[in-house]
Amino acid sequence: MAFQIIEGCVNCWACAPLCPSEAIYEARPHFRVDAGKCGECEGDYADPQCASICPIEGVILDGLGVPANPPGSLTGIPPGLMAAAMAEIQAR
Amino acid sequence: MELKVLGQDGAAAAGGCASSGCGGSSDALAHLPAAIRAKVHNHPCYSEEAHHHYARMHVAVAPACNIQCHYCNRKYDCANESRPGVVSELLTPDQAVKKVMAVAANIPQMTVLGIAGPGDPLANPARTLDTFRQLSQKAPDIKLCVSTNGLALPAVVDELCQHNIDHVTITINCVDPDVGAKIYPWIFWNSRRIKGRKGAEILIEQQQKGLEMLVARGVLVKVNSVMIPGVNDEHLKEVSRVVKAKGAFLHNVMPLIAEAEHGTFFGVMGQRGPTHDELQVLQDACAGDMAMMRHCRQCRADAVGMLGEDRGDEFTLDKIESMEIDYAKAMERRKEVHATIEANREAQRKKTGETFISIASLRAPKKATRPVLMAVATTGGGVINQHFGHAREFLIYEASAQDVRFIGHRKVDLYCSGVDTCGYTDTVISKTIRTLSGCEAVLCAKIGYEPWGLLEAAGIAPNGEHALEPIEEAVAAVYREMVRDGRLDTPTLTETRLRA
Repeated sequence: MAFQIIEGCVNCWACAPLCPSEAIYEARPHFRVDAGKCGECEGDYADPQCASICPIEGVILDGLGVPANPPGSLTGIPPGLMAAAMAEIQAR
Repeated sequence: MELKVLGQDGAAAAGGCASSGCGGSSDALAHLPAAIRAKVHNHPCYSEEAHHHYARMHVAVAPACNIQCHYCNRKYDCANESRPGVVSELLTPDQAVKKVMAVAANIPQMTVLGIAGPGDPLANPARTLDTFRQLSQKAPDIKLCVSTNGLALPAVVDELCQHNIDHVTITINCVDPDVGAKIYPWIFWNSRRIKGRKGAEILIEQQQKGLEMLVARGVLVKVNSVMIPGVNDEHLKEVSRVVKAKGAFLHNVMPLIAEAEHGTFFGVMGQRGPTHDELQVLQDACAGDMAMMRHCRQCRADAVGMLGEDRGDEFTLDKIESMEIDYAKAMERRKEVHATIEANREAQRKKTGETFISIASLRAPKKATRPVLMAVATTGGGVINQHFGHAREFLIYEASAQDVRFIGHRKVDLYCSGVDTCGYTDTVISKTIRTLSGCEAVLCAKIGYEPWGLLEAAGIAPNGEHALEPIEEAVAAVYREMVRDGRLDTPTLTETRLRA
């Protein structure tokens, strides 16, 4: 099983140097994970490193194809509360 | 009213001339020990006066970042935008060194090389330190600086100090984790993502520790803060007090840049930035606690040239590849050019000291005249030398009965020049006039007939009579004319509105 980087990745480089298996490489239109190398950080780290530093929601999928950072997980605002958060911010 | 000239009247000479042209080094730094002033004397980012004369560059070798700020979009590649965190071309340390050597040979006013991103330089320690290591050997006359969010600072501070880095900028937006949680949604710390207040708490702890460690090692620390209305605006006064107490020598409060088209969290959510007035009021409030910096241009992480200009296009990788450079000769030339600049600064200082009209002497015996904001178009050198229509930014000065004070700069089209892509239908001149709101005069080398009329209609007096004159003298002279003509007896539009 391996992680995947999909469309939406902004090529920010944060993940690549952290990968203990050197499985992440620069590519166009976006970085990619070499599925043959990725060990999902098992035995190296408690949390998968790429998914723990990636700043974009939804662009890293775990071994089961599930987004490691689902919508709202990085902004801290669940999608249902988006409108309320926006109103609060715009009142500043 | 009779105007006295400094040098003819001993008493007037003693009367507070707080303008930066009079004090030698930038007056905001006048209280600092001589050793620190000497260090920043030719640093365009730290000395307000030096930024008229010297150039700097950033090399974009550090892409990765270890925190998320709500005002940052990590997609950094944009040629049309000018703001921190944006670059066109990511460089390896070897490419960066080559570029620095090429720029330093072609722009001999260059004194400073900074690494500022586009991510966090210290989250890319190998790339950042390798660049510094090579440059401290190959161009020992260039000052090396780094900016950081501070999270990794304590861990690398000793190695950083080995590479002859004597200036570090830490971006500190808060010292209270509850405020921090509204700015930083998460940090990456000890191989884990830590969200919310807890993450902000660790970040603040590391920033403060890093600041203390740098000060203990004799490194100059400037603190940058982004002013975010309703989030940390009031709190920044506390930040200013804390960082000053810990030994930071300069505080740079910058306005939040947040536009939806930048794709930042704050931009998309509609968080507003501060108005020019709000920023100035906060800067003034913080100034009570420490030296404030007001000439920051919020450069791109790959900016090249004088502050406010970007000559990065002249030094792309393929262009520097074909340049032939004699490094030793280039360093000699820099030495000569810097000596010339210093001679000019000295002459300007002397001239200013002898002929500067003391604004203090304008103080009317019975009623004080109100202060006036003026905009200045300049390409550098400390003189008024730019055509109004060519100015992409204006320096703002406040003339009062006491002195001439540099307030800040305003960019005409800070964010994007792609008119077609952003859907702006505004004309350039109406944009410029909006940018100059609150100013009552604009001083430039020349100005066209049409903008002249439009400016006058907007209550801003165009003035091309002081071309090539030192800025502060010219501002003082225009203020003197305004006093003489009785134009300062009537309140400004804003004052009228406030009273209504």
